[in-house]
Amino acid sequence: MNLETNYLGLKLKNPIVPSAGPLSQEISNFKKFEDAGAAAVVMYSLFEEQIEHEALELDYQTSVTADSNPEATSYFPEDLEFKLGPEQYLEHIRKAKEAVDIPIIGSLNGKSLGGWTDYAKKIEQAGADALELNIYRLATNQDQSGFDIEKDYLDIVKQVKSSVSIPIAVKLGPYFSSMAWMAKQFEEAGADGLVLFNRFYQPDINLESLEVTPDVLLSTPMDMRLPLRWIGILYGKVKLDLAATSGIDTDQDVLKMIMAGAKVTQMLSSLLRNGIEHITDVLTKMIYWMEVNEYESLDQMRGSISHQNVADPSVFERANYMKVLNSYK
Amino acid sequence: MLKTGLFAWYAFREYKRTKLTFIITSNGKKMERKKVTIDGNEAAAYVAFNTNEVIAIYPITPSSNMGEWCDAWSAKGMKNVWDIVPSVSELQSEGGASGSVHGALQAGALTTTFTASQGLLLMIPNMFKIAGELTSTVFHVSARSIAAQALSIFGDHSDVMATRGTGFGLIASNSVQEVMDTALIAQAATLESRIPFVHFFDGFRTSHEVMKIEQLTKEDMMAMLDQKLIIEHRNRALSPDHPVMRGTAQNPDVYFQGRETVNKYYEACPDIVQKAMDKFAKIVGRQYHLFDYVGAPDAERVIVMMTSGCGAAEETVKYLTEKEEKVGLLKVRLYRPFSIDHFINALPETTKVISVLDRTKEPGSSGEPLYLDIVNAISEKHINGELKFAYPKIVGGRYGLSSKEFTPAMVKGVFDDAKKDKPKNHFTVGIKDDVTNTSLDFNTEFSIESDETFRGKFYGLGADGTVGANKNSIKIIGEGTDYFAQGYFVYDSKKSGSTTISHLRFGPKEINSTYLVHTANFIACHQTVFLEKMDMLSDAVEGATFLLNTKASKDEVWDILPEKVQNDLINKKMKFFIIDAYKVGNETGMGARINTIMQTCFFAISNIFPKEKAISMIKDSIKKTYGAKGDKIVQMNFDAVDQTIANLFEVEVPEKATSKIQLQPAVSDNAPEFVQKVTACMIAGKGDDLPVSKMPDDGTYPVGTAQWEKRNIALEVPVWDENICIQCNKCVVVCPHATIRAKVYDEKLLENAPATFKHMPFKGKGYGEGLAYTIQVAVEDCTGCTLCVDVCPAKNKSNTSLKSINMEEQLPLRETERANWDFFLNLPEYDRTKINTGQVKDSQFLEPLFEFSGACSGCGETPYVKLASQLFGDRMVVANATGCSSIYGGNLPTTPWTKNKEGRGPAWSNSLFEDNAEFGLGFRLAIDKHEMQAQELVKKFASDLGDTLVNEILNADQQDEAGIYEQRQRVDELKKKLSDSKFEKNDNVKDLLSIADYLVKKSVWIMGGDGWAYDIGYGGLDHVLASGKNVNVLVLDTEVYSNTGGQMSKATPRGAVAKFAAGGKPLGKKDLGLMAMTYGNVYVAKVAMGSNDAQTVKAFLEAEAYDGPSLIIAYSHCIAHGINMGTAMRNQKAAVDSGYWPLFRFNPDVAKEGKNPFKLESKGLKIPLKDYAYLETRYKMLTKSDPQTAEKLMKEAQQDVYDRWSTYENMAAEKPAEKKGSKQS
Repeated sequence: MNLETNYLGLKLKNPIVPSAGPLSQEISNFKKFEDAGAAAVVMYSLFEEQIEHEALELDYQTSVTADSNPEATSYFPEDLEFKLGPEQYLEHIRKAKEAVDIPIIGSLNGKSLGGWTDYAKKIEQAGADALELNIYRLATNQDQSGFDIEKDYLDIVKQVKSSVSIPIAVKLGPYFSSMAWMAKQFEEAGADGLVLFNRFYQPDINLESLEVTPDVLLSTPMDMRLPLRWIGILYGKVKLDLAATSGIDTDQDVLKMIMAGAKVTQMLSSLLRNGIEHITDVLTKMIYWMEVNEYESLDQMRGSISHQNVADPSVFERANYMKVLNSYK
Repeated sequence: MLKTGLFAWYAFREYKRTKLTFIITSNGKKMERKKVTIDGNEAAAYVAFNTNEVIAIYPITPSSNMGEWCDAWSAKGMKNVWDIVPSVSELQSEGGASGSVHGALQAGALTTTFTASQGLLLMIPNMFKIAGELTSTVFHVSARSIAAQALSIFGDHSDVMATRGTGFGLIASNSVQEVMDTALIAQAATLESRIPFVHFFDGFRTSHEVMKIEQLTKEDMMAMLDQKLIIEHRNRALSPDHPVMRGTAQNPDVYFQGRETVNKYYEACPDIVQKAMDKFAKIVGRQYHLFDYVGAPDAERVIVMMTSGCGAAEETVKYLTEKEEKVGLLKVRLYRPFSIDHFINALPETTKVISVLDRTKEPGSSGEPLYLDIVNAISEKHINGELKFAYPKIVGGRYGLSSKEFTPAMVKGVFDDAKKDKPKNHFTVGIKDDVTNTSLDFNTEFSIESDETFRGKFYGLGADGTVGANKNSIKIIGEGTDYFAQGYFVYDSKKSGSTTISHLRFGPKEINSTYLVHTANFIACHQTVFLEKMDMLSDAVEGATFLLNTKASKDEVWDILPEKVQNDLINKKMKFFIIDAYKVGNETGMGARINTIMQTCFFAISNIFPKEKAISMIKDSIKKTYGAKGDKIVQMNFDAVDQTIANLFEVEVPEKATSKIQLQPAVSDNAPEFVQKVTACMIAGKGDDLPVSKMPDDGTYPVGTAQWEKRNIALEVPVWDENICIQCNKCVVVCPHATIRAKVYDEKLLENAPATFKHMPFKGKGYGEGLAYTIQVAVEDCTGCTLCVDVCPAKNKSNTSLKSINMEEQLPLRETERANWDFFLNLPEYDRTKINTGQVKDSQFLEPLFEFSGACSGCGETPYVKLASQLFGDRMVVANATGCSSIYGGNLPTTPWTKNKEGRGPAWSNSLFEDNAEFGLGFRLAIDKHEMQAQELVKKFASDLGDTLVNEILNADQQDEAGIYEQRQRVDELKKKLSDSKFEKNDNVKDLLSIADYLVKKSVWIMGGDGWAYDIGYGGLDHVLASGKNVNVLVLDTEVYSNTGGQMSKATPRGAVAKFAAGGKPLGKKDLGLMAMTYGNVYVAKVAMGSNDAQTVKAFLEAEAYDGPSLIIAYSHCIAHGINMGTAMRNQKAAVDSGYWPLFRFNPDVAKEGKNPFKLESKGLKIPLKDYAYLETRYKMLTKSDPQTAEKLMKEAQQDVYDRWSTYENMAAEKPAEKKGSKQS
């Protein structure tokens, strides 16, 4: 049984890749990922804004109280040296690389163009095999047009691409007027892959405290429908490697995504719920399904139920909605 | 007058020259010495660190920084001259530090310590031992006043003088340069002489004065220290390889002779010190002598003195000798062992009058110590016929106690008096003593400041960056030019919103001016609010420059200036510049920290350097200062520099003053006489003018004075929206300054209310009908912390960003709210006997008797202190350990402890840092004795008083407010009955009347921080808890020594960074509560108001009610945690939710009922420790400075939480042990 897949130029032994998230913050988990059978790991994201914020906060908190009264000219030890850049993150990549043989994909959320390229270079130097650009933005500014936003995305990809030589995937949200057009633009800008989709954390309201609560809900199987559709639509139309993320839980989910056209499937919520060992279970069941159904490889099935390879492509489109509604009659 | 253009040119030219000096040493080697701009503490620490192997430390102002430097250098792995990192250890007290020093010395290590004041006194027992055993060491002491009628953190020699009997040599430094030099000379001399030394310099004046000095090199230090002597020191160590014993006990037969063995060492010592000074001169080039004379070679009048005052005296002597006055100054460097020969030889033979100035007071002595030594020296020489000149007149006087200003005018006053036929002896100078008339008159206008020296005064608010900016300016000038430079910083006594005044001098001439700037050619006001409060321009010279930070534009600014300021600007022909630093701050992300902005203004208008050069130097300095904090911070400061230039404007000064605004009086006319005549002077910064007669003789001050000091420091204050309020009173309980209060009252009283006075019908039950409720804010006293807003649970239904309490700009509210506050205060307090004090909401109707303290904005300690004052204040006596709570609680000019309308309130005192528990126990013992005696006397008068009254008094139930009220009524009746004229001559009646009030229950409270309870005072606290006496101990646990700047205590948690734990505290916090519980009969509670205020109130009531020792450990958030103080109650909640701070009550009374006395009251481990800890900079900074250690310590700290939680859960689940013997029965 051949589960191999090629993603971002990396030859992976199977399509299961733990996605960016808290599990990769523990170095000890990398060995667990590898032992469970993960083909690669996407690191948790390096947030430029957070790094800046931490520096500002440290400066503020250690200086705001200085020289306030004669007995205490300061409240913290002076003369300490701080590592306020991405050193910790980069060190983490280095350690992860030492710990396992599977590829490590860095993940970056920049703030400024300079930040994107600078940190991307550093992640490359630290040994990452590829880089996922986690462009996590919500367009709320009324003075910014859709065109401006798209241009920003593409500028980031172009700039990063020109400054590093490792492959680049772009992790996107689904909020583009024309996702298909946008995908083509990313391809032209030099991206090697797309990761669909970034699940923006949606806020909730707490009726007791009357506050907005930005808590994180783990994804559910329903969440995979959106990437499934878009991977199905984009498969074969762009040269980009497509990675599926959101709501992937079982072997069945992985198989569906591959059939829609995905090169890899990224998992997080499922691993948080079921533990890292869950990867082994998914892989075992996948093999079993493929054996029963007489599939030889993933390449064989990839894109087999994509927009271009189904009898009625409209089921991937709006007609799908009409059909669903009609079925209730 | 400063000639700006020439000055600028000179400075620039100087800057281009090299920053280094080259010195050819005796061996012909060319050595470079760096010029550094540092303070006295750093100078001493630098040599001490380099020339010692073991350093034992303990924080005490103003010496703490020496230990901090050494700890930080050691944590960084810096090496001393022998290429090893010295071991730096914090002890639990100065007693402990000196013990460890003694031990390390006996084990052969070169060892030192740093201290001051009471700390030095705690070292005295070990100092006798160290000197008695002829052990080489140098203690570096930033000399500070001793607490007598009051504590003072400022400088004089009373601490050092108290060590005269120990056998330590006493060697003095007069300036920052001398501190560095003498530290090394003393180190060399102690090794050769075997006499240990106290190397001392003036606290603050020298310890905190920033000066440009030449830094000694490691080669200098190596060259001064003789390896042979170090090996001899080591060989004298106690070692099992060559055992000896030391520390024997001796009997009358030999002790005396044994004591006399050391004489030869003391006789040899002065020459050894001089030899070291001479060697130093050869190596470094600066020559010192045991006694250094300056002045006219044929001087007739000579002043003899020590330390920083010599600077002012030397300047004056120089000035007067140029005017051909025959005066001179003899600077005493080696005070002990006192060398009469060296002294006499240093005096001019023309001397006719010697005025000896002592910076200490020895009440009851026949003169202060230096004076007596001089009298003795002259007398001995005279008797021996060795005096080469006629017996001079010798007078002695005191000056400069507690850093009191000592100026050239005073020096001249001393010389002028010496001219008289009968100069005044035992005089004082610098104060007005109108009681015993000791003080000398002097001309306050006399000034000898050089026009070539720039003299600037900068008025700022603590923490607004003013001091930091000026320290930086001095560094830039000091290290960027060949100028001499000096910076000195004066703070008022408040922790929040304190006023700071920076005094800067620099110029081509050497600066010896060891006094404040009185005639300034540059004045900067960094806070507009000072304009109406302080007469800043009175010190400006003609043509001076005034820089004002204001929101007013160039066109508006003239109209906001008070008339006095306008007149000064006009009459003194001043230049006037303005900047809106807050605008620049906000636009560049700097916020309220205006240091970089004001510094840029200063350089831009003072023309010290050409503008471009100045900007590039500021930017270089920014890179140096903030580089470690990341590019973002550097860039933010760069932006601020650039924006400042664009927003700095010169204002043309009109020809006539037009303002109707007058400087405000310090207190209102309604204040009591003492406040108006004394306190107001101190508030106005004119305390120096108060004569002796205005001071209470014994340090006793009236309470309730903070209410008169309207500080108006909050830019925004809370405003109550009565339409939303649910009357929970949570805002009231958390308010650290008692500036937001609730009252319930008869609604009829609203008839005369001001129109804007807010109220709503009272919703509570059990208080009666027709009542109104008001939340009122004292906007002039509020510090704007926002804790009240943060805890308010009531939100506006249409806009949830608004609550029932919201912050609004203070200024527009000031007048109306002042009237509303007055009206509110005059509404009657609700009858406390009818209040259910067990409920948080109800308890907040009790009048706080602790208000408007000088604590930090958002302080985590004061809400607990205030709560105690509400619950028990009218019968409470407080013993307060030295620390934050004694400073915000008892530092003049005004104090927060107050009294109610009946005149009752907490009586408060601070003894020391180390003995507070014992001090409080003393209160209890006395009160119990008084009560017992009163009861006995009451019995004696049973027939006169009537059996009913006597029985009721003796058997009164005083467990609640009603019971206490009734007892008070009975005691009043008793007093009335005993006031009958028939008892006039009855001594027993007089006795009873003097102690009758003790028949009403008194509540003894022992308060202090964790430094006291966990460390220095722990032994005493433990003993007091074990005494079984009815005292209530409140530990305000901030987990560091907050008052002295955040040093580690044993309450500091594992993984947190603190001073003296720069690498993160490696060990867990001591479980003080658990230790106290092991006694079984101690009531113990752990509380955190921000997590559970109901439990807090319950614990306070139970602790007080418990007839035995009680201990409350209160989580007190603190600015030393590096948190947002406005939301700090959330940190408290997180601490509890993580299980780090388990809430519990352990009540021995419950055990008596056969139940488990331990009740665990927090609800499990809701969040991981790191979710709480990493809200706070103290933990988080370790993840940035040492991520691996941070991770390791966080894991261990989490395990601590699990372990402690498990212990507590087990304790809570335990069934009480059956009473012994119960089975048999």
